[in-house]
Amino acid sequence: MEDQFNWILTIAIFFPMVGGILILFTPQKEFVKLFAILFATIEFILCSYIFLYQYTNATGTPILVDLNSSWFPTNIFNVQYFLGVDGISAPFVFLTGLLGLVAIFASWNLSNTNRIREHFMWLLVLQGAVVGVFTSLDLFMFFIFWELELIPMYFLISIWGSGRKHYSAMKFLIFTILGSAFMLVGVLGIYFSTDSFNMIELPEKIATAKLIIPASMLFLLTIIGFAVKLPVFPLHTWLPDAHTDAPTAASVMLAGVLLKMGGYGMLRISASMFPNELHQFSWIIALLGTINIIYGAVITIRQTDLKRLIAYSSVSHMGFVLLGLSAASGAGATIGITGASMQMFTHGTITGLLFLTIGFMYDRTHTRYIPDLSGLAQNTPILATGLIVAGLASLGLPATSGFIAEITIFLGAFQTWPIFTSISAFGVVLTAGYVLWMIQRTLFQNKLEKFNALEDASIGEMFPIFVLIISIIGIGIFPSIISDMFSSGLQPIISNLQAIN
Amino acid sequence: MNSFITTDELLLLAPEISMVALATLVIVLDLVTKKKSILNHVASWGLIIPILLSLNLLDGTSQYAFAGALRIDYFGVFFKLITLIATLITISISEKYSKKFDDYQGEYYALILLSATGMMLLASSVEFITIYIALELSALPLAALITFMRIKSSAESGIKFMILSALSSAILLYGMVLVYGFTGTTYIEDLSQIINKFLRGSEITFGGGALLLGIILITGGFAFKISSAPFHMWAPDVYEGAPTPITAFLSVASKAAGFAIILRIIYSLIYSTTGNPINQEIGIDWSMLIAILSAISMTLGNLIAIQQTNIKRLFAYSTIAQAGYIMVGLAALSSLNGGQDDAGPGGILFYLFGYMLTNFAAFTVITIVSIHNNSDSISSYSGLLKKSRLLTLVMTISIISLIGLPPSVGFMAKIYIFGSAMDTGLQWLAVFGVLNSVISAFYYLKIIKIMLIDENKNSDPIKLSMNYYFISIGCAFGIVILGIFPGSIIEVAHRAIESIIY
Repeated sequence: MEDQFNWILTIAIFFPMVGGILILFTPQKEFVKLFAILFATIEFILCSYIFLYQYTNATGTPILVDLNSSWFPTNIFNVQYFLGVDGISAPFVFLTGLLGLVAIFASWNLSNTNRIREHFMWLLVLQGAVVGVFTSLDLFMFFIFWELELIPMYFLISIWGSGRKHYSAMKFLIFTILGSAFMLVGVLGIYFSTDSFNMIELPEKIATAKLIIPASMLFLLTIIGFAVKLPVFPLHTWLPDAHTDAPTAASVMLAGVLLKMGGYGMLRISASMFPNELHQFSWIIALLGTINIIYGAVITIRQTDLKRLIAYSSVSHMGFVLLGLSAASGAGATIGITGASMQMFTHGTITGLLFLTIGFMYDRTHTRYIPDLSGLAQNTPILATGLIVAGLASLGLPATSGFIAEITIFLGAFQTWPIFTSISAFGVVLTAGYVLWMIQRTLFQNKLEKFNALEDASIGEMFPIFVLIISIIGIGIFPSIISDMFSSGLQPIISNLQAIN
Repeated sequence: MNSFITTDELLLLAPEISMVALATLVIVLDLVTKKKSILNHVASWGLIIPILLSLNLLDGTSQYAFAGALRIDYFGVFFKLITLIATLITISISEKYSKKFDDYQGEYYALILLSATGMMLLASSVEFITIYIALELSALPLAALITFMRIKSSAESGIKFMILSALSSAILLYGMVLVYGFTGTTYIEDLSQIINKFLRGSEITFGGGALLLGIILITGGFAFKISSAPFHMWAPDVYEGAPTPITAFLSVASKAAGFAIILRIIYSLIYSTTGNPINQEIGIDWSMLIAILSAISMTLGNLIAIQQTNIKRLFAYSTIAQAGYIMVGLAALSSLNGGQDDAGPGGILFYLFGYMLTNFAAFTVITIVSIHNNSDSISSYSGLLKKSRLLTLVMTISIISLIGLPPSVGFMAKIYIFGSAMDTGLQWLAVFGVLNSVISAFYYLKIIKIMLIDENKNSDPIKLSMNYYFISIGCAFGIVILGIFPGSIIEVAHRAIESIIY
């Protein structure tokens, strides 16, 4: 491949990182938040540009490519500096830009004395690393960014978290490193079989090359890393701890973007490079998806900590992604996989909003214990609106983005796995149960004396809430904004899969 | 091969000669001057001469000296430079520490320089007797250096090192004798042809087994040097008792020299003059042996490191584990199941270079904190962030590199090394390696957590002198830059490896 230069992706990755490091050297603490918002806004504009560019120039092949072969001595290790976006990655890049900005606003209440420079530095570095994961088209770079995102998240949880934060941060890191250790073996196995890290050429090369490890082994090694991240039962236990103890901003990023890296990896590597194996193991994926949905939802119902509740609901919702992916082996592949991608995107905005409003409420009430909360809607109507919209979208109310994603997944998966899909459909009922019950207990019922002095959202807090509400309802009404893009990006994967059927 | 010493040969040996001259100069200065602090400056600035003389030898040609006992090539010079940089850093970070030794500072620096001379000589030796002499030259001054604290634990460490070093030398010598007895040569370059002849023809009836025993004993002798299991027992005690800069020197320079000579021997055993592997039979035996030692080393080192409360002991076990990782590259080299020939050894050289930066970054911090707190316990690192932001940053970068997370040289090196194992059919070893990285993350991260998050009542800022600033920033910068742009050192490493294929 010829070298190509398109700096916008490179800038989108490294601008927030450089900005974060600049923030460390801000002399006055008063300016730190302003600078952070400035950097995140510029990053959001960059990501939106990338998204819109892809939207207006939708093709099957990646565009906005930045390719440079002189980074490594390629005769020794065939690594290229290779970035590009296509229909699969562009929505996630946009999501990262959006939630990065939201996360900065989510830290609005962070006190100036609380190591504020470092906090925004890590947030911005994290954002850059995640954009890197979504835009890398070189497997080696993908892995670098995949690992790079761990360190900021570790520090965000263990310094600014609450409760058993050190334990949770360590658990998060050890689980993820364990997953990526297996992934590394898989990645190296792929490289030494094909002598290439190029993710565009790899699907074809893997199909023809003589593999040094059996393909099913490579498939399993790589998918373990993604399964930890998504997370898939029984590798999910880090998630509730990490979410509960993380600060609001980190929770937003973790649930909104980091989990999606797992699903993105499954699409980009597991599904596109190993279609036969995906086909072969799709019943396991369907089974695990169903377990995720039902088990996650059942556990969610009995949670009493608001953040823990949302965390377990994420486990349940990520089960839908697996269910959609498992449709790969049947006639509903196109619908199912597009639905899975849409579920990831919408879950990012919905859970982002849930964590955001709950975080803001916690800043006021200093408790997340549901029995201690009551009648908050009367004191904080705007926060309550945010929580209600997100909650309803989460249970899949029509006209919200959650509905579109779940219905497409069911449509796709039912054709292949009618029994699993039927069982999973009960997950929606359970979701309605815990969401409505949570809303009722915290927002309505009796107004409590001790919460009389609570103030509603400030301007800085309202902004991210409204942005997310708009994106949730907007996609609910015009789903084609992202579904068309996903289906154009998924086209090569799906045609490979259909060739097997 | 000429048996007379010519001036050309002396020129080839110029770096070592200048090192000995520098050591002598330091001793003489120590006798005449009362101002001991000058010794540190002389010893560290004086190293520029051997560094320049070594760089001068980097012309890409390989030359023999002293009747073929020494081979001055790119590979040797690479290791000479690693040793010299390690020596420079060791001397620089000894600046404050050496005040503890009062009147013995001259001997301290001179012994470091002499030990380094032995390591430099070792990197170029291609003959058993020269190897043995160079090895002893590097080990004996170290034994004296380890006891330099003149307290009980330090003396104990020194004696332990001395006895075990003598034992391992004896094992090594016995192995060399066996190999000499059955091949009739002490030149490692001739070994491959002779062994090959033996294996192809059936000239010897019982020699094969005894020869293999000899090779195994030689491996054992060097395994002591690189503190790989099961020859690692000395490391924790010695590391704990030795002066901290000497611990750093032991963990980097001494280990690099050990790997240099192992690489040379393995290469000559399995490669013929054309660069093609010839001794499949012996090659495979080597590979399995090293792979098992490597797996044991990393697992043992990492598991025991978890329970340590003394930072020097923790790093001792961590270096045992790191030796295990590096040996993955050795196993990949000698496993001849195809693949890219020099990915393994190239990886070893790259790993060693990165490991030097990483370990010295960590040990610079450990030295300073140990002077400041008068303690090496891990808990004394609590609240380091308040005391010195720079030291915390340097230690964090070094630990990230030791775990093998990007963007650090440790990440690139690990991928490289494990990649070479995947490539040569040692997939199980690569899996072992990555799982061990996960275990190691646990205890390394504990240090980060203690430094960054735990509170400490005592938060006097730590004042650093110029030397420490320069070394710690330099190492940390090197770790990150090589973690992003490793290309140049990878190319150098491969050139070095190509230069020993003859």
